[in-house]
Amino acid sequence: MSRQGNRCAGSWIAVVALAAAVAACRGEHAPMAMAATGAAPSVSSGALAPDAPPAGSWPLPGRNAQGWRYSPLAQITADNVKNLKVAWTFSTGTARGFEGQPLVVDSTMYVVSPYPNHVFALDLTRTGGPVKWDYLPTTAPASQGEACCDVVNRGMSFADGKVVFNRLDNHTVALDAKTGKVVWDTKLDSIQEGSTMTMAPLIAGNVVLVGNSGAELGVHGWAAGLDLGSGKILWRAYSTGPDSEVKIGPDFKPYYPQYKGKDLGVSTWPPDQWKLGGGTVWGWMTYDPELNLVYYGTANPGVWNPDMRPGDNLFSAGVFARDPKTGNARWWYQFTPHDSWDYDGVNENIPVDLTVNGQARKVVVHFDRNGFAYTIDRQTGQVLVAQPYQSLNWATGVDPQTGKPIRVPSKETHQGVNTTDICPSSTGARDQQPAAFSPRTSLFYTPSTDLCMDYKGLKASYIAGTPYLGADVRMYAGPGGWNGRGQMIAWNAATGKKVWAITERFPVWSGPVVTGSDVLFYGTMDGWFKAVNARTGQELWKFKVGSGIVGNPMTYQGPDGKQYVAVYSGIGGWLGAIALGLSASDPTAALGATGAMPDLPKYTAPGGMLYVFALP
Amino acid sequence: MIAAALRLAAPALVAATVAAAPWSAHHPARPRALRVCADPNNMPFSDSAGHGFENRIASLVARDLHEPVAYTWWAQRRGFVRNTLGAQRCDVVIGIIAGDEQLSTTAPYYRSTYVFVTRRSSNLHFASMNDPRLRRVRIGIHVIGDDYNSLPPGVALAGRGIVRNVVGYSIYGNYAKPSPPATLITAVAQGKVDVAIAWGPLAGYYAARSRVPLDVSPVGDAMAGHGIPFSYAIAMGVRKGDTTLLRTLQHELDTRRAAIRHILAEYHVPLVTDDGAQARADTDHPAGDTAPHTASGGTRP
Repeated sequence: MSRQGNRCAGSWIAVVALAAAVAACRGEHAPMAMAATGAAPSVSSGALAPDAPPAGSWPLPGRNAQGWRYSPLAQITADNVKNLKVAWTFSTGTARGFEGQPLVVDSTMYVVSPYPNHVFALDLTRTGGPVKWDYLPTTAPASQGEACCDVVNRGMSFADGKVVFNRLDNHTVALDAKTGKVVWDTKLDSIQEGSTMTMAPLIAGNVVLVGNSGAELGVHGWAAGLDLGSGKILWRAYSTGPDSEVKIGPDFKPYYPQYKGKDLGVSTWPPDQWKLGGGTVWGWMTYDPELNLVYYGTANPGVWNPDMRPGDNLFSAGVFARDPKTGNARWWYQFTPHDSWDYDGVNENIPVDLTVNGQARKVVVHFDRNGFAYTIDRQTGQVLVAQPYQSLNWATGVDPQTGKPIRVPSKETHQGVNTTDICPSSTGARDQQPAAFSPRTSLFYTPSTDLCMDYKGLKASYIAGTPYLGADVRMYAGPGGWNGRGQMIAWNAATGKKVWAITERFPVWSGPVVTGSDVLFYGTMDGWFKAVNARTGQELWKFKVGSGIVGNPMTYQGPDGKQYVAVYSGIGGWLGAIALGLSASDPTAALGATGAMPDLPKYTAPGGMLYVFALP
Repeated sequence: MIAAALRLAAPALVAATVAAAPWSAHHPARPRALRVCADPNNMPFSDSAGHGFENRIASLVARDLHEPVAYTWWAQRRGFVRNTLGAQRCDVVIGIIAGDEQLSTTAPYYRSTYVFVTRRSSNLHFASMNDPRLRRVRIGIHVIGDDYNSLPPGVALAGRGIVRNVVGYSIYGNYAKPSPPATLITAVAQGKVDVAIAWGPLAGYYAARSRVPLDVSPVGDAMAGHGIPFSYAIAMGVRKGDTTLLRTLQHELDTRRAAIRHILAEYHVPLVTDDGAQARADTDHPAGDTAPHTASGGTRP
């Protein structure tokens, strides 16, 4: 079957397997009894409002604790955005992948660079945003060698007069927002054992929530809660291992029976394998103050060869709901049991209230690497809607009774066995770059990637003086073709349907911001910063920045009362690494990702700039 | 120390173990040192004190070339070749899989094999991956992380459905400790596992130094099912296109065969011939052909 030959006619979700093809094509929800019946979503007014940040500020990675990436600012409109101009810029001095976003609180902008994690406070009361203070930590150079996918940093959180960020070498640091002086500095793990930290901390109440990266090196994934005032570690919950380490106790009430039982984080693995089981926590966390629950995803299980770890490999590739103060797990749902494709479950889970099947539901919405978009009851962990939002063919749907994916055996990977035409590729239908939600349109806006892969043969190489076998993974454009390797998608999470999509040449690795005037901003890997109509997807304005965009735009109100829009320009990250000098001649470099991006260096080169835009 | 190993902006650390020699007229295009990329914490292959057999071989070659050895230390993990040879920080890797596509390799100068390591007192002796006792004993193997890579023993065991009695030890281990992969051999000595299936040079060296007597025997099946090779030919590697240095090194390997074999024997490196049979360290002809090895040879099933 050719990759182009099995598209669903006229449909944006394309590659599906054989008999399942028709059923799984978007718009036909045959296997999904759980799918909604098309009722328009609505948001209960004020349900998530109590902690809403001041309108002009952006204190947390996703602006509010729920990670909506929505700002009520509305000066820049669909009509006037065509006049948007660069107001000022700032060079960070670091030319690596910029995956995060700046913060703005009280007329100060806070920026953190990729390794060496240089922090700048920029004074917005003065023309051109001069530096109020900067902080260059002594991040261990060796940490660069441990990071799998570029030495990225996804940003900071602000609360109680402190900005908090993670160093690549596993320190969480709180700085006095006024002076840049270190308030506390807590070391959480060791680079010597492969762990790094790249995620943005999330502050929920008085707790700083963080997690580790490094599943490629076989580390033991964890999330932790730190006291905002002192930096003291309040709790740490591992993703695999006995219940005591996973912090599963009497409060744990998962919806599906397969998650009920003692020490499943041990028994769903071969002996001791959970110790190297991955399940790291490197994505965006979210917090629902109403239910007082934090939500985060866990990465794929280790080790790579899935035949070496029969079982569901709990608690990898799924979502935990936990009490932020104690860390105790409330519920769990696994997106990809026994992952064999590198489908991390780390993407964010955005709390919103929707009307699903005519019923008001409190949900989280999650766009997984595996290609399904999930609408999940955030009180219980029950899956209400699960529909493909990008090309996928490893499963034909999600069983509404069990919550389990209906897998396609021919797409499972086994070391030494050739498996071709797997969609999505390991980079996922979406990687970490987060979605936005507008309470005005009730739509989600998610970046996406349309790549597929072949998983072939074995290539011998050498590691620590020892021969090993690497799968020859090659990624290539999915059904959308080489000119359509990415899409920005507007999604109705109540029905599991796409509303509109904008096709881009390269995968979209920029999490958008949506405004109170229904303008959506996002960037592309070839360096276009775009404004589109959030209701229609119509392009309104674009500007070419210096280096490709893999970061997330934000918007704020300056001390002059004007609305500004800011974004990082700095290509990098996993798929962007090819523009940082990885050899395009080796299509299997960067875990096969360079084969999918051979043309990127013709469009962009490394950079590390902040761009700030405003109306004249 | 990894901190020293991954010093990005700093110049290569020069090991002053060999006195500086006058400029060699034979190699006008090269710096006046044999610039070696090596892991500073990976015995028995190499360490920053120069104790490894690859250090010894590098010194032997440099002496013949009347040049000092200049080391760039870098943990031999993902990105090793890219960040060392590829970044022009150094020019030769002393030990690499023959035919590795990332570089140009010489003809192989030795071939070793995965081996079984057991406690002598246990009276367990394995010669084949098909031994039914492997279904009952506790087996230790090295494992890698999540990046599509596996070591041959794990693949072969999983292919036989042997997983529930297999314990994985990270090949990376804790880099703050000496030679992290050696933990697997220690696990046999300590009785944590009944048998380890480990790469020969590591196993041979640490088994010989173990206070608990250990036995080392080759995994006899040359291709132990599922097309997985268990013996690998090892060569020196240079940047692609660096044919001058490649020829120089090949000449060294051809003329210094006996001395290199002697070093390997000193470190108890188990050697096999191309067909997987055990070779005697000090006399046997080196494995493989003698012309520089071309890409994708040998090791790809």
